[in-house]
Amino acid sequence: MKLTFPHSGRAAIAVWLALIIASIVIIARSHFTADLSAFLPRTPTAQQQLLMDQLRDGLASKLILVGIEGADEASRAAISKNMAQRLRSAPAFVAVNNGEPVTTERDRETLFNYRYLLSPTVTPERFGVAGLHEALSESIDRLASPAGLLIKQLLPRDPTGEMLQLIEGMESSRQPRMIEGAWASQDGKTALLLLQTHAAGSDTDAQQHAMAAVQTAFEQAAQGVKGAELHMTGPGVFSVLARDTIKHQVRVIFIVSSLLIAALLLAVYRSPRALLLGFLPVATGILAGVAAVSLGFGVVHGITLGFGTALIGEAVDYSIYLFLQSEQGGADRSGWVSRVWPTVRLGVLTSVFGFAALLFSGFPGLAQLGLYSIAGLLAAAAMTRFVLPHLLPADFRICDVSAAGGALALLSHQAGRLRWIALLLLAVSCVVLYQHRDHLWNRELAALSPVSAADQALDTRLRAAMGAPDARYLVVVDGQSEEAALQSAEQVSLALQPLVTNGALAGFESPSRYLPSEATQRARQVSLPPSDVLEASLNEATEDLPVRPGLFKPFLADVEAARQMPLLQRVDLEGTSLAMAVEALLVRQHDRWNALLPLTAPENSAIDTAAVQAALDQVPGAVFVDLKAESDHLYFGYLQEAILLSLAGVAAIIALLLVTLRSPSRVARVVLPLAAAVLTVTAGLALFGQPLMILHLIGLLLIVAIGSNYALFFDHSDAASLQPRTMASLLLANVATVLGFGLLAFSTVPVLQAMGVTVAPGVILALLFSAIFAKRAHA
Amino acid sequence: MNIVKSFLMLACLLVSSSLQAGEWSIDQLMNGLAQTRSGHASFIEKKSIAILDRPVESSGELFYTAPGRLEKRTLKPRPESMVLEQGTLTIEQKGKRHVLPLQNYPEIAAFIESIRGTLAGDRAALERAYHLNLEGGEQGWTLELLPLADRMKKVVERIRIAGERHELRTIEIRQADGDSSLMTITQMSAP
Repeated sequence: MKLTFPHSGRAAIAVWLALIIASIVIIARSHFTADLSAFLPRTPTAQQQLLMDQLRDGLASKLILVGIEGADEASRAAISKNMAQRLRSAPAFVAVNNGEPVTTERDRETLFNYRYLLSPTVTPERFGVAGLHEALSESIDRLASPAGLLIKQLLPRDPTGEMLQLIEGMESSRQPRMIEGAWASQDGKTALLLLQTHAAGSDTDAQQHAMAAVQTAFEQAAQGVKGAELHMTGPGVFSVLARDTIKHQVRVIFIVSSLLIAALLLAVYRSPRALLLGFLPVATGILAGVAAVSLGFGVVHGITLGFGTALIGEAVDYSIYLFLQSEQGGADRSGWVSRVWPTVRLGVLTSVFGFAALLFSGFPGLAQLGLYSIAGLLAAAAMTRFVLPHLLPADFRICDVSAAGGALALLSHQAGRLRWIALLLLAVSCVVLYQHRDHLWNRELAALSPVSAADQALDTRLRAAMGAPDARYLVVVDGQSEEAALQSAEQVSLALQPLVTNGALAGFESPSRYLPSEATQRARQVSLPPSDVLEASLNEATEDLPVRPGLFKPFLADVEAARQMPLLQRVDLEGTSLAMAVEALLVRQHDRWNALLPLTAPENSAIDTAAVQAALDQVPGAVFVDLKAESDHLYFGYLQEAILLSLAGVAAIIALLLVTLRSPSRVARVVLPLAAAVLTVTAGLALFGQPLMILHLIGLLLIVAIGSNYALFFDHSDAASLQPRTMASLLLANVATVLGFGLLAFSTVPVLQAMGVTVAPGVILALLFSAIFAKRAHA
Repeated sequence: MNIVKSFLMLACLLVSSSLQAGEWSIDQLMNGLAQTRSGHASFIEKKSIAILDRPVESSGELFYTAPGRLEKRTLKPRPESMVLEQGTLTIEQKGKRHVLPLQNYPEIAAFIESIRGTLAGDRAALERAYHLNLEGGEQGWTLELLPLADRMKKVVERIRIAGERHELRTIEIRQADGDSSLMTITQMSAP
């Protein structure tokens, strides 16, 4: 047998090689990620942008929570202190907190120096005779209380108790327990550290370095301590873990599915050479797909790669069709091209039409999958059609499968008898779907998270132990400048305060607590009277109190200094935990500033959202955000969009079939088995209690895309005349696809698993239904 | 056999207590105090503070449950409650709750531990922070606590706790800066 088109053959091979090299170069320069970016919208609203920025680079994304467990109380605290000391000098961290009074000293100093600009109780009235009298009496009474010891030294400088006011305001949030001088959980079994990294949470590489630094510090600190364990959690840690998990699983699935498919093909072909040649379209498809995604999106998500391994199972089909069907009756490969290629081409086109719909998704994860599939399938099919035939050596032969194919063909002739059973199955599926119609879909974004349930549980546990507020409810105000945002935050604080007083809220945070607006600071400065006026008022106010007015000389000096001092700026907070709070709560978004005010629900009850909303009506521009509702809403939006796009994909496939087949009844015959497979699989998932998420939907679209190949073969060749080799090639292609996708079902990454459990049974059913519903001569 | 054992033990106890009747020891005091599982008392506390012209007086009630829960409920001049439990001090003033982890406030911790340790008869805990001196006999004893740590010495000069049998009567605290406080305790219900 000769190469049929030597010239065009050489050209095709050259073009193919050039494309392969180009793809490899592109891939080598690609950036791979596994963070949440695939799940965030491409064209967000302002609210979503805020949510995304917070997730990606917000302070919350830079926090690593560390828990030390095992060993005994004293060892845990000692390890915590030792680790903290090592990490404080590590460049990866901005702040290392474990309750030790390292930052507290600096915090107290700052609070004390700026107390007259920071304290909300500084008003003109408080520094008049009556106000001073009241404040002083209270301070004197406090001296009698157990905390009196603490304020005794402060009294001459701060008789009105502003410092105490500030500390009380800030300590209102829950704090971890102190055991042996370091933070511990409420049950005392976990020593806790809170680290803030320099790098954003979305910088997975930097987060991985930070985690390694923590691990090293722990190993050094825990030397000689038996049974001590290190736990880490946080958004950055999640990104790293997710990337590792996906990387690991994609690698394993890729290797195992390649080996299984190779073993299968080898068993059928009995020719290592055929096996190698058969895998060329697959490799071409994968390279082209990854390169296309890299070019189109700038980054390639791990999930896309995971999906890519499964697509091997489909791309290998084309070479199977070529090898098995071109040998028929000794006809050469140009015969295959004229006889079989149109059917394969139509199959490829239906797949491409189906996936094209995904390109329009606002959900980058889906758009990547769409582009990957289109590029990969087109490249694999084109390679099979235009290049592979030229690469086959003249003496290329594979094992004859006619005998097995013959048996299969006989079986498929009998398949028509199962028609009633199939219709019954279909009816049952419809009933099941109708019964489950209300909880068919999973509406939570968390369902997509690649983080394992165990890691999520650890996160919840450490967060609760740390007493970190659940940042679910936020009030957001924005302004043209930092000052404007702070002023709005102060208005919101004023509106929310009554809710705290009446118990509707346990409390709330505001950047203005740590960095009041300049207007407010100035107002406080103005309410401080000049020295001589203050002294006179003080003398009058202390007449009936057991103190000598002379005692308060330092107070007079401090107030006079506060009247003159430059206003507190952001830079003045540097090196304190107050700076951390301001950084988290006052964020810049392009040319605007957002102030965030997280709300804390009262213990054991939910936040009365209506009351909060009513309070906020007084403040123009204040937005009350429920982050969980917002993210679930976002996800639900994707889900609806994905449903619409999938339907559009199906419509495009039907339109394509109508145009090419030119017969509605033939189109119906092609579509019927596919629809039946989709319905049966969906019913099966519902029966097994798997709520559907976006990736199940994509799996269903894949059933249509892959299954259409089978249906088309059965349609093109009248069932009676379906060649035994065609039959064998269909079965072999089907098994290869099932192997490729079936392995995904064993993944612990929910999105990969979802695709596996949908596609693997779906394509089997699609083949069966295609055989069952095929047109028969006697039918 | 058991009866013989019990009898022997009883005999030993009688002998030892009669032998040491003259010298009332810290261990005996502590053992006696440790018997008290709970108590309820009223108190009046007078604080003499140098920066104030006259002492401040407060009064209220004390509740104690062995070995670690101590509540001081001040009624005058301002209602306030202070609860010590598991190393944290919870103070409630004007409807606001403040939780002080005592490890953050070693001075207050040592103060409070002196009272809790005495009530619980926890000699080991007391001796971690103080040198102990006992004067007097079972009917009228005075336990003096002298802080060991330099840091503590800068705050407290000495604490004197006086009592009868296993009941506390007065707690006198003399601070390093000369300020002092005297708490007088009256039992309200039988322990």
